[in-house]
Amino acid sequence: MNPSATSASDPSTASRVGHLVPASLVLALAAVVAWLSYTQEPASAFLFPRLIGTVMLALALWNFIRAAMGVSKVGQGIAVTTWLNIIPGIALMAVFVFFAAKYFGFYVASTAAFFLLYSGYDPAPHTALSSWVKRVVITAAFMGVIYALFTLLLKVQTPRGMFL
Amino acid sequence: MEFLQYFGGVFEPVSFLLLLGGTVGGLILGATPGLSPTMAVALLIPFTFQLAPTQGLILLGAAYTSTVAGGAVSAILLRIPGAPANIATALDGNAMAKQGRAAEALHVSFLSSGIGGVIGVFLLIFLTPVLAKWALMFGPSHLFWMAILGVTVIGSLDSKSFVKGLLSGCLGLWLSMIGYDDIQGAQRFIFHDALTGGVSIITALIGIFAIPQVIEMLSAGRKRQDVSTVVVHKQPFLDSLKLTLSSVKSLSIGTTVGSFIGLIPGVGGQIAGLLAYDQTKKFSKDPESFGQGNPQGVIAAESANNAMVGPSLVPLLTLSIPGSPTAAVLLGGLLIHGIFPGGDLFDNHPDVIWTFINSMLIGQILMVIFGIWVAAYAAKVAQVPKAVMASAVLVLAVFGAYSVQQSMGDVYVMFVLGVGMYFLEKFGFSAAPLVLGLILGPIAEANFIQGSMIANAMNGPVEYFLMGPLNLFLIALVVASVGWSFFTTHRENRNSKEPGNA
Repeated sequence: MNPSATSASDPSTASRVGHLVPASLVLALAAVVAWLSYTQEPASAFLFPRLIGTVMLALALWNFIRAAMGVSKVGQGIAVTTWLNIIPGIALMAVFVFFAAKYFGFYVASTAAFFLLYSGYDPAPHTALSSWVKRVVITAAFMGVIYALFTLLLKVQTPRGMFL
Repeated sequence: MEFLQYFGGVFEPVSFLLLLGGTVGGLILGATPGLSPTMAVALLIPFTFQLAPTQGLILLGAAYTSTVAGGAVSAILLRIPGAPANIATALDGNAMAKQGRAAEALHVSFLSSGIGGVIGVFLLIFLTPVLAKWALMFGPSHLFWMAILGVTVIGSLDSKSFVKGLLSGCLGLWLSMIGYDDIQGAQRFIFHDALTGGVSIITALIGIFAIPQVIEMLSAGRKRQDVSTVVVHKQPFLDSLKLTLSSVKSLSIGTTVGSFIGLIPGVGGQIAGLLAYDQTKKFSKDPESFGQGNPQGVIAAESANNAMVGPSLVPLLTLSIPGSPTAAVLLGGLLIHGIFPGGDLFDNHPDVIWTFINSMLIGQILMVIFGIWVAAYAAKVAQVPKAVMASAVLVLAVFGAYSVQQSMGDVYVMFVLGVGMYFLEKFGFSAAPLVLGLILGPIAEANFIQGSMIANAMNGPVEYFLMGPLNLFLIALVVASVGWSFFTTHRENRNSKEPGNA
């Protein structure tokens, strides 16, 4: 399912504080955008950003007030169990994207990220040797397809880093 | 009948192979729960860089068409819609499958998708040039209001909260302004080196549509998902063909609703399928049989969601306003290949555009042929574990984002936008208006600046931007779209507070 299609239509189960956090962040961002639009030079280059920044700030303020009053209804929020499930995955992805891809090389990091993410979230038992063999085979096969597509077919030059 | 001149281009060997590959690949991707048509098209865009514009668009168009239809396979066999557009299909399709009529459900699903799709593409063929000529009358102020209308309509319709929908649109407009200003070269909102070149549309599309789905797939943790599939027994194809062709009422409702919904910017196939299903049920002599395995439900839903595809490109090709989130991604694909939609599109690139549209027509027929053939195999793909799917989409997204400009900065932007979008969606913000804001931002700004210059030389901005029948009409549409959304949100809130509705 497309999350964009579901999240917007699900009834809210998020708490008032849950809604306040994103509302505050969006308000802060809108305030920065509006402030920069009105203070940066040359002013003529910020004509359109001023227009959008002002509308954005007004909407963000409205959204914040609704969240503060507890009338923000849309969005199911994130349950504690969901947080616990997604944090390791997001952390792994962040390490892969911001650090490993550049320093270890795109292919080595991608192979490791695929294998670790797959192994970490695979419901198959971690104690069975056959599960590990299956994971290694699937990872190798998938990375082979990626190499064929991006390096051989599209001639994309990826960062090599320490390895490949 | 200008389009007939360009049919030969579709049958050039490379183009036809891409059409074939896009159709079969799209059917398999569409059948895979978690891979929406929008994400599939976004992930395919980097593969079109090496192709000629026509070939790239043929691939994207084929994927768009067949992912929508392919979503019916998992909806029917597994009761898991491959895409939001197939939600209504699952209601009767899966009931038919459980009664041992899976093959019949798959046959009528692809046949009605094909019929709806062909009618939709014919609408695209005949409506687009007319609207394109009309669009030539548009000046900068009108194009500015059209771009704003696109964002407000999608912001209002795609989200349950119109404040959050419009705010999402504004976030997209702001993202489009990051980087160097086109006219004066001034730096705007460059908070990090990765943003120096601005936010690439393709990078953003990959991040916004792929990464939230990766995280969504991980959100269940290591929980095993038991998916029970049904056995597909053989069914004479001619019987299914007769049944589909005799279902005139369901086909008419489906294609009419789908075509109409497609023309409205931003509404998309999910609503088309559900609305057509609902109307067919209401007009049926036997409404109680819906949901129990009535093939008319499948026919209505599938003809609607594929009839929507062609018309959703009409406002895109003429006015740069996409008719669905996937059409918005396709707009990114057009821009990447240097093709700018608008009134003069058919004068500047008739070969590219007509060959692309014709390929969608042929693609519908290929989709029916291959859909029925690959349906049984596609169901197996639908059972790929989520852990594998999430890992594969992540690696594809990273490689896809990097290949845009061979820059790590794009990968960082893609990831940050994707993770940010996941959290925003969980609190009611919506991806479609944000993407549309990002795509329409440069069009809105360029016309706003150009209009301001003209206004300064004439009677001032108030008269130029706010007066004149077309300006007033477009402003009225902007106000109406926001007002309607405000009214419906207010009504829903009031209904939910009434006793008994809590």
